[in-house]
Amino acid sequence: MIGNIDLSLVDWSRAQFALTAMYHWLFVPLTLGLSFIIAIMETIYVKTGNEEWKRMTRFWMTLFGINFAIGVATGIILEFEFGTNWSSYSWFVGDIFGAPLAIEGILAFFLESTFVAVMFFGWNKVSKKFHLASTWLVAVGANLSALWILVANAWMQNPVGMVFNPETARNEMVNFWAVLFNPVAVDKFLHTIFSGFLLASVFVVGVSSWFIIKKREEWLSKRSILIASVFGLLSSLMVAFTGDTSARTIAQVQPVKFAAMEALYTGSKDAGLVAVGVLKKSDEKLITDKAVNNFVMKIRIPGLLSVMTGGSRDVFVPGIKDLIHYGDTTRNILSIPEMMERGRFAREVLDDYKRARMLNDNEQADIIRNDYFRTRSFLEENFRYFGYAFLNSPEDAIPNVAVAFYSFHLMVMLGFFFILLFILAIFMLFRGTLQKNKWFLWLALLSIPLVYICSEAGWVTAEMGRQPWIIQDMMPVSVAVSQLSPGSVITTFILFAVLFTALLAAEVSIMIRQIKSGPKH
Amino acid sequence: MTEMISYIFLQHYWWVIISLLASLLVFLMFVQGGQSMIFSLPAGESQKTMIVNTLGRKWEFTFTTLVTFGGAFFASFPLFYATSFGGAYWVWIAILFSFIIQAVAFEYRSKPSNVLGKKTFDIFLYINGAAGPFLIGTAVATFFTGSYFSLNYMNQVDWATPFHGLEALLDGRNLALGLAVLFLAKTNGILYIINSVEDGDLLVRSRRKLIFNSIAFLAFFLIFLVSILLSKGFAVAENGDIVLEKFKYLHNLLQMPVVLILLLAGVCSVLWGLFTSIFRGKRDSIWYTGAGTIAVVFSLFLTAGFNNTAFYPSLFDLKSSLTLSKAASSKFTLTTMMYVSFIIPFVVAYIWYAWKSINNKKITRDEMMEDGHIY
Repeated sequence: MIGNIDLSLVDWSRAQFALTAMYHWLFVPLTLGLSFIIAIMETIYVKTGNEEWKRMTRFWMTLFGINFAIGVATGIILEFEFGTNWSSYSWFVGDIFGAPLAIEGILAFFLESTFVAVMFFGWNKVSKKFHLASTWLVAVGANLSALWILVANAWMQNPVGMVFNPETARNEMVNFWAVLFNPVAVDKFLHTIFSGFLLASVFVVGVSSWFIIKKREEWLSKRSILIASVFGLLSSLMVAFTGDTSARTIAQVQPVKFAAMEALYTGSKDAGLVAVGVLKKSDEKLITDKAVNNFVMKIRIPGLLSVMTGGSRDVFVPGIKDLIHYGDTTRNILSIPEMMERGRFAREVLDDYKRARMLNDNEQADIIRNDYFRTRSFLEENFRYFGYAFLNSPEDAIPNVAVAFYSFHLMVMLGFFFILLFILAIFMLFRGTLQKNKWFLWLALLSIPLVYICSEAGWVTAEMGRQPWIIQDMMPVSVAVSQLSPGSVITTFILFAVLFTALLAAEVSIMIRQIKSGPKH
Repeated sequence: MTEMISYIFLQHYWWVIISLLASLLVFLMFVQGGQSMIFSLPAGESQKTMIVNTLGRKWEFTFTTLVTFGGAFFASFPLFYATSFGGAYWVWIAILFSFIIQAVAFEYRSKPSNVLGKKTFDIFLYINGAAGPFLIGTAVATFFTGSYFSLNYMNQVDWATPFHGLEALLDGRNLALGLAVLFLAKTNGILYIINSVEDGDLLVRSRRKLIFNSIAFLAFFLIFLVSILLSKGFAVAENGDIVLEKFKYLHNLLQMPVVLILLLAGVCSVLWGLFTSIFRGKRDSIWYTGAGTIAVVFSLFLTAGFNNTAFYPSLFDLKSSLTLSKAASSKFTLTTMMYVSFIIPFVVAYIWYAWKSINNKKITRDEMMEDGHIY
């Protein structure tokens, strides 16, 4: 499919995309959640007519605006980088992947950008109710745009609703609803937007706590904490619930990723969930190259992993070694060498077809098309493993286990910590002891960086855990990359890194200054 | 119903949508045009604040239209997306770069503790204002003049020059369209400011600027139009081969009289807008030049893609040139997307309503002193 692939090009292209995505994700979750918190506050203002609620709304809206602009800026790069840096991917799956992006623009971005202008500039130009409706529409638009991009991402994790067309050498969509209601998409959308709500809630609780520490804006801060804590608690419970359903889906569609998240090398029935663990590389190799990570210490909850994945302690959870050598017959998961063999056969058939077309041997091409590409058995038993044809060794299908393990566990631990944080905040508010408990106020403030780490860790788990695939089982990243010189990509990587860092510094600095200034009278 | 709609129709339908988005984008680049004059148009800081705030309330529309244009192109003609973006890397990266710095510049420029300083963010606005329209115009010109790429049997792009798109700057016709789009954006920017700001001195200064920019636009646009109408174009022969045809784009216009009429009507509308503003002192001329801009760009895109024409030609390997049928998504995807596109009139309606609501009062110096969301 591709002749010589320069690995440094692949690595730098991945680095550039990761850089953009991680910077982008610093700003998006706050937009997702804060938009709803602002809308709730403004609704109370419109209902009560109390100007203090308006003051509160406008304060958080100012912070929203600072964050929104940079989120938009980094977002545009992501969309276009699919074309600039992953052009082979763009063609291979553009027929499916492009549609959600276009729908995102038409349905969501215009909604968001149109009413965000009313939200910021319309206070004295439109009626109270129109303004309130605009604020709610911004929240809906922001979250709707998340839906479509997450549908696109979920499709990469679990490609469904398409068929391969050898003539055009690409996958083509045949079932839009299968793409939209892909089980991974449903989990991913809910998990991601609720995690955004959680992040924004921690942000509001943290900033408000700072005001109380400084003995400023007590009335406003307490009410902000109340709204954010209730909103955050409900959201974090939903994050936990959707995380659980997500894990079950991943265990089925991305079993290697699932095993890597748990650093599970040898599977078993009654498999335990590692709550906390420390890994160390051992001398043992998976096959030839990749070292096995052993636990130096771990706290394990017996049987929970089997229960999570299959609802019973009797369920077998395969480890990385099992997946390499045997697969999992209970769930029709083949061993990696078997998938490589099937993928190579699919690739040979495709090459034969293309060769016949180039030689104008249409009769032969038609035979290949009818015998293979139009038969369900070939598509389901061979072509779905097409990507494995490009792997040199079964080890290539294993992601970086340490990264997947630590990022996943960091995310989960912090997630439970935030549930506790919200419960404590609500408890103290109702007991009237919030101001007295300085330790809690400081803890809430220091939780702001932690929630960003948690949020980023979630994406690291999702994206690093699925390596080497850009499309699960169908296309590795090395095949998807644009044929550019590594120097070009290194240059743009540096340009983006410098620019994003400068803008982030400006954003944080402005944000801190605005918070210190406090709500305007 | 789906079976009755032909694949060819869907490809053309989506080219119309792409053309419409492109034409709206060029009109909305009045924001960029205005930005490119923030150092030369205002007499002082308060005028500059008024200009920035007038334009700043619309930047998201331009930005969103650009994003939707990209998304719609990806969904409907993914081979173009893969070929042009992956091949002409540096041109698109430069365009993107100029748009990243725009988004934050409005929001951060006047905020205290913005690290980089107000001047830097104003320079960002200037760079986006000048480079954005010019580079987009130059990139679009290659729809007529061609690029250097080839596609292999798996439709993977190989760009034939090490400059990855920057070589387009060496073709005078590309430069002419780039400059035409830049001066059109400036012209529309001035007219938008005239329509939106209530400040006597700024109005006088704007009208003075208008004359030069509109002449420059007309000159570069004529150079581009005449040159492409008289040069060879990239036609699709009956056997599917791409061939060079003399006066192809002139033939397209003559063979598609509706497109020709649209082009001429657009040009007349732009000229009428300029005439009423310069000679009659009208304030609402932006709507004539805006409508004209949309009509002209729309008709140029139809000329590039319709009537058996390769809309993204390759000078390096003619047979790799992209046509609507070669670059299009599958029938199923185009049909699905067509249903989604039916919502566009509703989107336009609420944009128009919200726009009217915000623009019901002209921007004044007093408003800039109020305690609102000021850029």
